[in-house]
Amino acid sequence: MASTERLLLSGNEAVALASLHAGVRLGTGYPGTPSTEILEAFSLIGGPAQWSPNEKVALEVALGVSFAGGRTLVTMKHVGVNVAADPLFTAAYIDLTGGLVLISADDPGMASSQNEQDNRHYARAAIVPMLEPADSQEAYDFTLAAFELSERWRVPVILRMTTRICHAKTEVIPGEPRPSTLEPHFQRDIPGRVMIPAYARPAHHKVRAKMEEIARWNENSGLNRIYPGDKSLGIIASGISVMHAREAAPDATLLALGVTWPLPMRMITDFVNSVDRCIVIEEGDHLLYEALTVAGLKVEGKPEMYRFSELNVTRVRRIIAGDVSPEAPRPRGKPPELCQGCSHREVFEALSRLDCIVSGDIGCYTLGVLPPFEAMDTCVCMGAAIGVGLGLRHVLPEAEARRVVSVIGDSTFVHSGLTGIAEMVYNPPPTGHVVLIVDNSTTAMTGRQEHPGTGRSLNHEPTNKMDFVAVCKAMGVKNVEVVDPQKDEAKFEEILKDMMARDELSVLIAERPCILAVPLIRKLEKAEAEKRCAAGGCAAAPVE
Amino acid sequence: MAVTNIVLAGLGGQGVVKASDLLSTTAFSSGLQVKKSEVHGMSQRGGSVTTDVRIGKQVLSPMVPMGEADFLMVFESTQVDLNLGWLRPGGVLITPDLIPEGELKNRKSLNVALLGAASMVMDFSEQEWVAAIHQCFPPKLHAVNEHAFALGRKLGAGLSRPEVIEGV
Repeated sequence: MASTERLLLSGNEAVALASLHAGVRLGTGYPGTPSTEILEAFSLIGGPAQWSPNEKVALEVALGVSFAGGRTLVTMKHVGVNVAADPLFTAAYIDLTGGLVLISADDPGMASSQNEQDNRHYARAAIVPMLEPADSQEAYDFTLAAFELSERWRVPVILRMTTRICHAKTEVIPGEPRPSTLEPHFQRDIPGRVMIPAYARPAHHKVRAKMEEIARWNENSGLNRIYPGDKSLGIIASGISVMHAREAAPDATLLALGVTWPLPMRMITDFVNSVDRCIVIEEGDHLLYEALTVAGLKVEGKPEMYRFSELNVTRVRRIIAGDVSPEAPRPRGKPPELCQGCSHREVFEALSRLDCIVSGDIGCYTLGVLPPFEAMDTCVCMGAAIGVGLGLRHVLPEAEARRVVSVIGDSTFVHSGLTGIAEMVYNPPPTGHVVLIVDNSTTAMTGRQEHPGTGRSLNHEPTNKMDFVAVCKAMGVKNVEVVDPQKDEAKFEEILKDMMARDELSVLIAERPCILAVPLIRKLEKAEAEKRCAAGGCAAAPVE
Repeated sequence: MAVTNIVLAGLGGQGVVKASDLLSTTAFSSGLQVKKSEVHGMSQRGGSVTTDVRIGKQVLSPMVPMGEADFLMVFESTQVDLNLGWLRPGGVLITPDLIPEGELKNRKSLNVALLGAASMVMDFSEQEWVAAIHQCFPPKLHAVNEHAFALGRKLGAGLSRPEVIEGV
């Protein structure tokens, strides 16, 4: 790659390119806006990438890659880090081998998420360094730096991005590839990798010591940058806020923090002391402001109203001016809706007609909550449909308990529905329960990614296919049926009604491919059939 | 440090994001800095979509501030009023009314036709636009989009450039 080449890349594409240049041996993750395109782009440019059933598994696979001496990238949206938090917190105690970079793609403003959590908290809580790029060039540069940081101190590193970093396209001038010098091989390290209390106690001290070293390194890491200006106003910012602040206050002196944990406290202190007034511009929680205030620095934060939603140039101008007057409302626009021809429509029409109490989940089908259906009563997190539905069944009066149906998508079912089925079989409510898997053969909402139930891997090549019917039966569910809710609409409703009337455990799979995914699915099926024919397997392997 | 701000608005499925890619590619290829930003995910299920394109020698924030768009291009007539707040005083509004029904071989190329119209009051050459069309679309879609673009240029001949207003 020539060093003068200018590319217009999204932050996600920049991370993918940097991962290729870093020699990543395996990229893992679970789709989630705004992170999804990273692994897809990585795969398209030739990087080895795969979807895991969920973020926890993705991080665990990545840990194995690191232990084997390979560099590894793990991608997820902010709420995905909650799922991966269990391995993450202990991974920090472990001496990693190959560099491990975890992308946390946050969604301030909740363009496509169920909450607005600020994952900067995770760096502090899990004792993990965090880098925050301000544009695609930094996404590229910081990804490479993060791998080197991870390998040098043998710690996982979080690269925190936000919607406007992930999806904004900006210029990138890539550099030369900088792969690791490590070659994968197994090196036994029992006290370093087996976190029993006896080894974890010293490991906790060790990771705290590593963070102190990294903090010292960060004073001159080159990843934090001062934009000189008028000393009457100093601004400290990170991530996209750097760009908003530079535009909102072009004359101010600005400290752009690239490594936001551990903080370069000496650099920050010198900066604060060099300006008359210092204000912290940060999106989300008041984390940086609080950390600097606790350190005794005289800085201003932002009014509470700016904790909510994204920042932008206008809001940063208001923060600097101390303006807390009500903000002009953003244009509301037309809300999203289920596509015309989507078979979720028939499903929610039936649920509405049967007056079901619907314990819902995360995916396109969450749109069943909006008019004209209004057929969803709860939605919390990935997989919650089943547990929440069971809780409702356990405690509601019988007549109401019978109306409870858990609705979960196919990708979500694989992600975290299986443990819900185990719970259902283990602790069945007196009225039984009905789980409705709306299986459209893809991870639709995030842009049609494959998952273990589609029988195709990230790059759409055939692989083993998880059989939902066999899984549910094997786990102990008595009634399992599969119906196309569009082709056999009446039959679908009849079976659902019948299942609700029984005191038994039932899983109904509403199976019909996403209309947006059909063209690709048909193309792939045709190509696979032709491949089988070419291999002489026509008779043995009929086309489905 | 003049930056040209363009907001493109429409509904999911209308090619709003594609149009912003085409515009960004044209500007970026001409050597300018470009930042382009939009929101993916749930909003793309038939709901309102807007995308921001900012062009200049140096561009900082990727988002156009409300009331600072030099150009507002709207792809769906129901979305015009809703998005007027983006436009600055003296800015140029381009709506689908500019391209009468039936003029296009395929209404799906309305996005490119409207860009064709806008191109009449922007600073890039026709060759630069056509090169970007070739870069952004697969070969089988070049002809239909070039036709739409040319139609847009014809119908956009009467457009005025954004007014230069002191202090804006």
